[in-house]
Amino acid sequence: MNRMQPSVESPQAIADSDALAVERTLAGERDAFRVLVERHSQNVFRLAYRMTGNQHDAEEVVQEAFLRAYQKLGQFAARANFGTWVYRIAANYAIDRLRQRQKEEARREMPSAENRDGMENDPLARVADEAPTPERLTQSVELRKQMEQALAALSHAERTAFVMRHWEGCGIDEIAAVLESNSSAAKNTVFRAVQKLRQALQPLMETRAQARAMGTEP
Amino acid sequence: MNHMTEEELIAYREGVTEERAAISEHLATCEQCRAEFDRIEAVLAALDTLPVPDPGADYGRRVWQQIAPRLPEKRLRWWQAWIEPRRLAALGAVAALIVVAFLAGRWTRHGREGDNVASREQVRERILIVAVGEHLGHSERMLVELSNAEPNNPAQKEINISAEQRRAEDLLEENRLYRQTALQEGDTGLASVLDDLERVLLDVAHSPDEVTPKQLEAIRQKIEARGILFKVRVVGKELQQRQEATQPAPEQANSTKKEGKV
Repeated sequence: MNRMQPSVESPQAIADSDALAVERTLAGERDAFRVLVERHSQNVFRLAYRMTGNQHDAEEVVQEAFLRAYQKLGQFAARANFGTWVYRIAANYAIDRLRQRQKEEARREMPSAENRDGMENDPLARVADEAPTPERLTQSVELRKQMEQALAALSHAERTAFVMRHWEGCGIDEIAAVLESNSSAAKNTVFRAVQKLRQALQPLMETRAQARAMGTEP
Repeated sequence: MNHMTEEELIAYREGVTEERAAISEHLATCEQCRAEFDRIEAVLAALDTLPVPDPGADYGRRVWQQIAPRLPEKRLRWWQAWIEPRRLAALGAVAALIVVAFLAGRWTRHGREGDNVASREQVRERILIVAVGEHLGHSERMLVELSNAEPNNPAQKEINISAEQRRAEDLLEENRLYRQTALQEGDTGLASVLDDLERVLLDVAHSPDEVTPKQLEAIRQKIEARGILFKVRVVGKELQQRQEATQPAPEQANSTKKEGKV
């Protein structure tokens, strides 16, 4: 839960300064928006990277989020927090980007016998199929790959909910707004995400722990 | 004893339960649930080790540079655009530069024909050097005054920086003009310093009229962290040397300097 980077400014001072920059941008001072971009880009990048899993997409999400924020700034409620608002825009765009990528990948994939039996639709089965040997498991890079695959196997909503809650510390209402659902459904999505990650990773981690206990891990 | 469900333990771990106290109490006494919770915790802790690349300290600046050309212009009514004070100031600056360049161009025509083109180029460069030099001098004075600002009396809790703020707003518009001109002229070094200065001016212009000593200290730290005063002084000195190097005759330089003030 490290949503905000350490800063010399208090959250209230940042919010006040953001509000002023929003006001000036709306008054036509385009460069006032620069303050907002420079202040929030790092945080938005972190969210975008965790959602998309790659730097190129994350950078695209950041740029698009700020462009959309600028275009929609008139709809931004003065009382709201700009950081939270741009986060929401970025999360929504990241979901769009993930869907787009999925479609592109689906188009590229050739149909195979394996695909016809529906196994590929079960992300957990896919992770299990690619389960590494004990030797490979001894390498942390392999565990990292497994974790990335487990995250990629989550639905877009589950990944969004997990990233926003677990890593970015967003409130359930905020997550519900991005997912266009209610609080109860958003909580349930966080739960499903953690449950799936656990099912995918816990056996691997136990194997790893056993390897460590047997002294076969470096 | 009823054990906790996986859903309850995950909700507890992720801080999305209203039964926090009850679950916490249960975990303190139930070994089985504690072990289950630790397994969930271990998976999440492993996921926390996944790295996020550091896009670099200047990432925000790069994002701005990438999106700024794509931002639509301000939607003002035509008359609002013309009466906006800062736009008027910028227009005044542009008009002054055009008049000075025109007069200087006319003046150089009296020289030898073959040297005309080169002379005009030199005059244009000198105009920019003089104008930017004065702009940097004004910016430096404002930043130094801001750095030295103190409350009028020790009992005062806030320091009024509205004068510096207004000056920063005026300087900001000039700065944009000079930065763009420097870029057009291919002077990337000068454009880069003006870009840094612009960010500091923007910060000052966007500060509240009255700041606490702590807020003022934060502004000072930003100015110091960017080393902007040092850069402004170095570039100011360089410009002075360039001005001296391109000075053909004392009376011409004097007239240019007077007109170069925008």
